[in-house]
Amino acid sequence: MLKASRISGGYGEKDVVKNVSFELQKQEILGILGPNGSGKTTLMKMISGLLPCRSGDVSFKDQPLSAYSAKQLAREIAVLPQLHSHAFDYTVRETVSMGRYPHQKGMFAPWKADDEKAVTEAMQQTGVAEFENQSIQDLSGGERQRVFLAQALAQEPKLLLLDEPTNHLDLSYQKQLLDLLKEWTETHELTVISIFHDLNIASLYCDRLLLLHEGETVQLAEPGHVMNKETVERVYRARVHTQSHPELPKPQVTLLPNHGQQASCEITKDHFIITPDHVHMKAPQSLKTLSSAVIGAGLGWYHHFVNRHVPMDYECDDSYQDMVQYADRHGFKAADTVGMMTAVKVEDVVIREYKENGLSVVIAVTAGVGNAVDVSLSHERERETTVGTINSWIFINGKLSDEAFIQAMMTATEAKVKALQNADVKDPLTGTLATGTSTDSALVAATQHGPLIQYAGSITPLGKLIGKGIVECTTEAIGIYRERKRSS
Amino acid sequence: MPKRSILMFSRNKVWTGYTFSILLLLTAFTLGVTVGSVQVPLTQMLNIFAGAITGDREALDPMFGSIVLDIRFPRVVLAALVGASLAIAGASFQGLLKNPLADPYTLGVSSGASVGAVATIFLGLTIPGLGSFTLPVISILAALITLVIVLGFARMVEKSMKMETIILTGIIFSSFLGSILSLMIALTGDELRQIINWLLGSVSMRGWEYIRLITPFFVIGALLLFWNARELNAMAFGEERAQHLGVNVQRRKFVVLASGSLLTGAAVAVSGTIGFVGLVVPHMVRMVTGSDHRHVLPLSILNGASLLILCDLVARTIVAPTELPIGVITALIGAPVFGLILIQKRKERRG
Repeated sequence: MLKASRISGGYGEKDVVKNVSFELQKQEILGILGPNGSGKTTLMKMISGLLPCRSGDVSFKDQPLSAYSAKQLAREIAVLPQLHSHAFDYTVRETVSMGRYPHQKGMFAPWKADDEKAVTEAMQQTGVAEFENQSIQDLSGGERQRVFLAQALAQEPKLLLLDEPTNHLDLSYQKQLLDLLKEWTETHELTVISIFHDLNIASLYCDRLLLLHEGETVQLAEPGHVMNKETVERVYRARVHTQSHPELPKPQVTLLPNHGQQASCEITKDHFIITPDHVHMKAPQSLKTLSSAVIGAGLGWYHHFVNRHVPMDYECDDSYQDMVQYADRHGFKAADTVGMMTAVKVEDVVIREYKENGLSVVIAVTAGVGNAVDVSLSHERERETTVGTINSWIFINGKLSDEAFIQAMMTATEAKVKALQNADVKDPLTGTLATGTSTDSALVAATQHGPLIQYAGSITPLGKLIGKGIVECTTEAIGIYRERKRSS
Repeated sequence: MPKRSILMFSRNKVWTGYTFSILLLLTAFTLGVTVGSVQVPLTQMLNIFAGAITGDREALDPMFGSIVLDIRFPRVVLAALVGASLAIAGASFQGLLKNPLADPYTLGVSSGASVGAVATIFLGLTIPGLGSFTLPVISILAALITLVIVLGFARMVEKSMKMETIILTGIIFSSFLGSILSLMIALTGDELRQIINWLLGSVSMRGWEYIRLITPFFVIGALLLFWNARELNAMAFGEERAQHLGVNVQRRKFVVLASGSLLTGAAVAVSGTIGFVGLVVPHMVRMVTGSDHRHVLPLSILNGASLLILCDLVARTIVAPTELPIGVITALIGAPVFGLILIQKRKERRG
C-alpha cells in the first residue's frame, strides 16, 4: 500500500520531519503520536502529497505519489483535516457531495447513481443524514467534523488520513467515529493513518503506532511496545503510569500529576466506629484497597470500610444492590465504600494495632466458624452456603506496590489458615482441620504515603506484622465466637 | 447560533432564484430602454425592436427609433455586460479566496485595470494587430498583474490570508494605483474632467463599438468560470481541502484568477471603475440560493446585469438633465452592504 522511505522535509530551511520510514499494511490503522511540534501534521502533509519531500520518497501502490494527478490521488486517498472556519454557507449534502468530485468525469460532470449512493451511505454512516439540508455553519464542531468525515468517506478512498479526528467530539462520538473507522477497515477495505493526541485512544484503536519526537521516529510498533512508561515519559516529559485496559490487551497511560498528593495520615484504632449494625472505618483520606468485598471489590480507592451485620437467615437475590442501598441509607457513598457482610455479631470485632521499625498496621477481624471448610477436601462434596464468615481487614500506613498488595493478601490468608489450625477448627463434614470458611473476605488497604514497600511476603517486615497480627486477631475472634456460642 | 438557514438550499429556491432573476432582468431592460428624458411607451419599444429585427426601420417613429436603437439600447446592453462581468468576477474571487468581501474593486484589480486603460488612452498606445482591442487587452493584463501582486503581498503579510488582510492589501494598492493615475493625469495636463468622469465609471455614449470590445472577453471569462464552478465550491473550503478532494489547485486557481481579471479588465476598459457590483450581487444571490457556485455564477450574471442597468437608469434620471457617474450609485448601495457583510462575518466568527 503506502510506503514512505526515509522521508525528510518541512517548511523553510529546517527539516521538520527527519528520515521517517514506514510501510502500511492493507486494512490496518496506523496511529501517529508525538508531542506538539514533533512533526505529525507535517508528516501527514508529506504523505498526502501536499508537501514535497526534501529527500526520500512516498509511494502508493508501488508508484511515487508524484505520478498521480490530484484527481487520481483523491480517488485513492482521502484526508480529514483539522477543523477550521468557512466563509460560505454550504448545506451538509452539498458539502458531502463534493467528496464525489474526483469520481465525476467530463465538463458537465453528471451526477450518477453511484455518486448518490456513496453520498447517502456516507451521510448515514456518520449520522449526519438527519441534517442534510442544514447549513454547515449552523452545526456544532462535532457535527461539522462528522460532515467532513462523510465527505472523505464519499470519496470512497482506499486510504484515509486523519488529523486528530476526535478533536471537538464528545466521548460518545469519539467512540462512534473510531468504531466506524475500524468497521470500515474490514467492510470497505479501508486503511487508515491517523494523528492522535490521546495516547489511550490511539492504543485502543490502532494496530500500530508511530511515535515521533522532534521529527524522528522513536518507535514504530504495536501499542504494547510503544506505550511503555519509560518511552512515554521520555518523549512527553511527563510522569505517567501505564496499566492494562480492563477489557483488551492494550496498554493505557495515566498522567501522574504534581498536585493532589494527599497530606499524610495515619490509620489507628480510633477511626473505627462500632455499632450493633456494622463496623465502620472512616479513613481520613482515600485508601488504595484490594479486597473481595460485596461492594467496592477489586483494586480501587475508597474512603469508607463497612462490615455489616446480617441475620443468620439473610437471603437476598441481589446482595450487591442491597449493600449499595445499605451504604446510601447510612450516609456512605456507595462508590466510595468497601462493604462486607457477616452474620457474626460485629461488636465482637477484634481490632489491634501493630508497630515495628517505623511500619504500622491496623488489623480488624470478625470471625465465625460455623461454616468452616477444609479446602483440600472441599471438592469432594456439595455444600450449601451457610453463614459464618471470617472477614479480615488489614490497614497499612505505608506505600505499597501492586505486588505487595497481592503478597499481603497471601500472607494474611496463610496466617488465617494457621490461626484456624491453632484453634483446632474442624470442617464439620469431613472432620479434618478447616482452612477457612466458605465465604471469607479479606481486604488490604494502604495510605500510600511514605517510602515504597515493594514486597509483603511472609519474611518481609510488613509480612511479619501482617502474619503476627492476623494470627493473633483471628485466634482471639474465634475464641470470642466460641464463647458466645457456648453461653447462648 | 440560531438555525437560520434550515432548508436554505432546496431545488425550489434555486428555480425561484432563476425565475425571479430573469423577470428582474427583463423589467430592468424595459425600464432602461423606456425611461429617460423622453419617455418611450412600451408598445413603441416593442414595435421598434420588431421593426429592427425585420429590417423595416423606415416605418418607425424616427425620434423614438433613434433614441431606442442608437442611444438607449446599446447603453443598456453595455451596462448589462459590464454588470454581469463584474458580478461574476466578484463571485469567483470570493469563492477562490474564501472571502465574501473580495471583489474587483476592493481587491484593487479595478484600479490596476484603470491604470492600464488610462495609459493606453492617454499615451495613445496601440499594439500592432490588436487595433481597438489594445485597450481591453492592456487593461486585462494590468488587472492580472495587479491581482497577482496584491495576493502575493497579502500572503507575505500573513500566510493564512485572512479576510481583512486581503481587503487591506487591496485598499493599499488601490490608493497607490490611484495616485499613479492622478500623476498620469497631472502630467497629461488637459481633459481632467473627462478622465475623472471616466474613472467614476459610465456606460453612456459608448455605443456598439464598446459592446464589441467587451463581448468576447465576457463570453470567454464566463465560460471559463462556469467550467470551474465545482472547483470553486471545493476551493471555498480552502486550497488544501480542494487539493485533497482532487482539484488541481494550482492550475484551477490560475484559470479562475485569469478569468476574473479578464472580466474585470474588459469591463473597466469600456466603462471605467464601477465599484461594489461584484460584492453586492453575489452576496444577495448567496442569501437566496446558497453558495453552490454552479448557481451562484449564472445568477450573478443575471442580477449583475439587472443591477447595473437599474443603477445607470438612476444615474441618468435622478438629477436630470445632469448625469451622475454610475459608480456613485453603485458605491451608495455597495459601501453599506460591504459594512453589513463585515459585521455579519465578525459576528459569526465570535458566535
